Amino acid sequence: MICSLFHPGLLIIFSGLVIPFLNGFKRTLFILSIPFLSLLSVWTMSFGNDCTISYLNYELILINLDLLSRLFVTVFIITILVAGLFCCKQAGSFELAAAFVYAGSAVSVVLAGDLISLFVFWELMALASTLLIWSSKNNKSYQAGMRYISIHLLGGVILMCGIAGYVYETNSIEFTHMQLNSVTTWMILFGFLLNAGAPPLSAWLADAYPEASFSGMVFLSAFTTKTAIYVLLRGFPGTDLLIYIGLFMVFYGIIYALLENDMRRILAYSIVNQVGFMICGIGIGTEMALNGTAAHAFTHIIYKALLLMSAGSVLYMTGKRKCTELGGLAQSMPITAICGIIGALSISAFPLTSGFVSKSMIVQASIDEHLLWIWLLLQVASAGVFLHAGIKFPWFVFFQKDSGLRPSDPPKNMQFSMIFLAFICILIGIFPNILYKMLPYQVLYQPFTSAHILVQLQLLLFSGLAFFVMLPLMKRTLTISLDFDWFYRKLAPSISLLIFNYLSKAKISAKEVFNRIIFLISFNEKTEHQVSISNYLEIIVISFAIILFYFLIL
Amino acid sequence: MKKNWFYRKSSIKKLCAYSLIILIVVFFVEYFIFLYPHFDIERLFGFYAFLGFLSCIALIIFAKLFGILIKRKDDYYDL
Repeated sequence: MICSLFHPGLLIIFSGLVIPFLNGFKRTLFILSIPFLSLLSVWTMSFGNDCTISYLNYELILINLDLLSRLFVTVFIITILVAGLFCCKQAGSFELAAAFVYAGSAVSVVLAGDLISLFVFWELMALASTLLIWSSKNNKSYQAGMRYISIHLLGGVILMCGIAGYVYETNSIEFTHMQLNSVTTWMILFGFLLNAGAPPLSAWLADAYPEASFSGMVFLSAFTTKTAIYVLLRGFPGTDLLIYIGLFMVFYGIIYALLENDMRRILAYSIVNQVGFMICGIGIGTEMALNGTAAHAFTHIIYKALLLMSAGSVLYMTGKRKCTELGGLAQSMPITAICGIIGALSISAFPLTSGFVSKSMIVQASIDEHLLWIWLLLQVASAGVFLHAGIKFPWFVFFQKDSGLRPSDPPKNMQFSMIFLAFICILIGIFPNILYKMLPYQVLYQPFTSAHILVQLQLLLFSGLAFFVMLPLMKRTLTISLDFDWFYRKLAPSISLLIFNYLSKAKISAKEVFNRIIFLISFNEKTEHQVSISNYLEIIVISFAIILFYFLIL
Repeated sequence: MKKNWFYRKSSIKKLCAYSLIILIVVFFVEYFIFLYPHFDIERLFGFYAFLGFLSCIALIIFAKLFGILIKRKDDYYDL
């Protein structure tokens, strides 16, 4: 392997493996300095391919740096840095190690220039994120993690089949723009979309993420879905199908978030909603839309991390997650509340916040292409975002009825990381050129026209009015909402239970029958002997039954 | 104990009044700003305000109805 500089992703992965051996101040220093080093190496690298390895007859490219990959790597490293600061004193070493390996693999996926190394890091990401979910160490997170990894391994297998077929067809492992003209590229698309939380298998996100620890979900929100956006941006820009998938996800996120009671699950559904905007942008596929998607991924990672830190702080200080148990926390947690509100305004694309300068580009792309209905639905969805994340989250957690809880703001390191992210949200909102300069294509767009600010304010403020007019209907209830995961959480287990019951009954009656036969044949012999023979016969009969069953199915 | 500012009746009244004024200003300021509409539908006066308000009401009602179908007690999967 020849590398001109060290690989930023591998550096984070390997330093993750060192974290468990450190503690106290050394650990904190290590957690904060490694992302800095990694960021430095990315920004001093020149564009093009680096770090190549020969494997079988192929040449793997571990680093393929251009404007797009540098943008994603930069925001990933900022996240691991600030989220690391957020929990450097509170989280266990196991969790931090898993988070580092997870983040490092995400960085490596983004940098990968070929499909084989992309796949290896893709799977490593799935494993590390499962460990991160498990690190909250309770039974619920264990079960949610098992469901999460099952779905992701399924996606991984399909992706692998697709990649193998694609390499066989094209004789090239280069990761580049693909056409949906064969089964293999469809399988690759499926594998990518599964990680983005696209339908029908989108339930894993809201199922697993909220079961992670208060800090684990901050890491989880950033990487899996956004690497999926990155690979879709590279592999399938301009695929019409993605517009409709994106629109579905946007509304799925809003409706489920409106019904939800758990504050972190509201934010999980809103991840699906925001990723929907991005996928829609990838589907539109013009330079404006792709720029908008990349910009929105950047800003979304920042404000979503901020929102989840705010929710995480509430969870850390109160131990409660449900809106029905929370409320009135702004009185005793002013900094958490203000930072949460800034995140909520950013996700709603309020003028002077980061969401405004990024989401507007996707909407503008639909105008440029004269896509009336898509534009209209995106506008409706923008109003819906303000409804479910912009107002609902802060209202039910920090205001509404007084729950009587009086937790103070979280420890200093947590406060500081929230303030830092809130600062970035506003900084990008006021000076969008900082972000626009990093985008893959030249930006010919001006977000701050008086007309644009006015229509956005009208749209958002009147959706806010709708929230308060409809407040009686928004009353929180102690409920969950069924999703596609019902099929594998309820239906499949009950069917297998039924089969198992039936088989065990059959086994008991078979045992009785054979005991009787043995008894008739050898009623003079000892009982011990009888039991051993009956066990032996039982195995033969059951295997015979299974073979018979198998042939019947055939 | 004195109630927090947010929970006093007088301040809630004040907040409602201010919000109403902001809404009215944002709605009627459209008289003075040209919006450069691209689609014909944007030419309606206050189009975005109506769009925001009505679509949100529709979303909430749809969610409520859909909720009847899919909402379960929150220990549904634990049983």
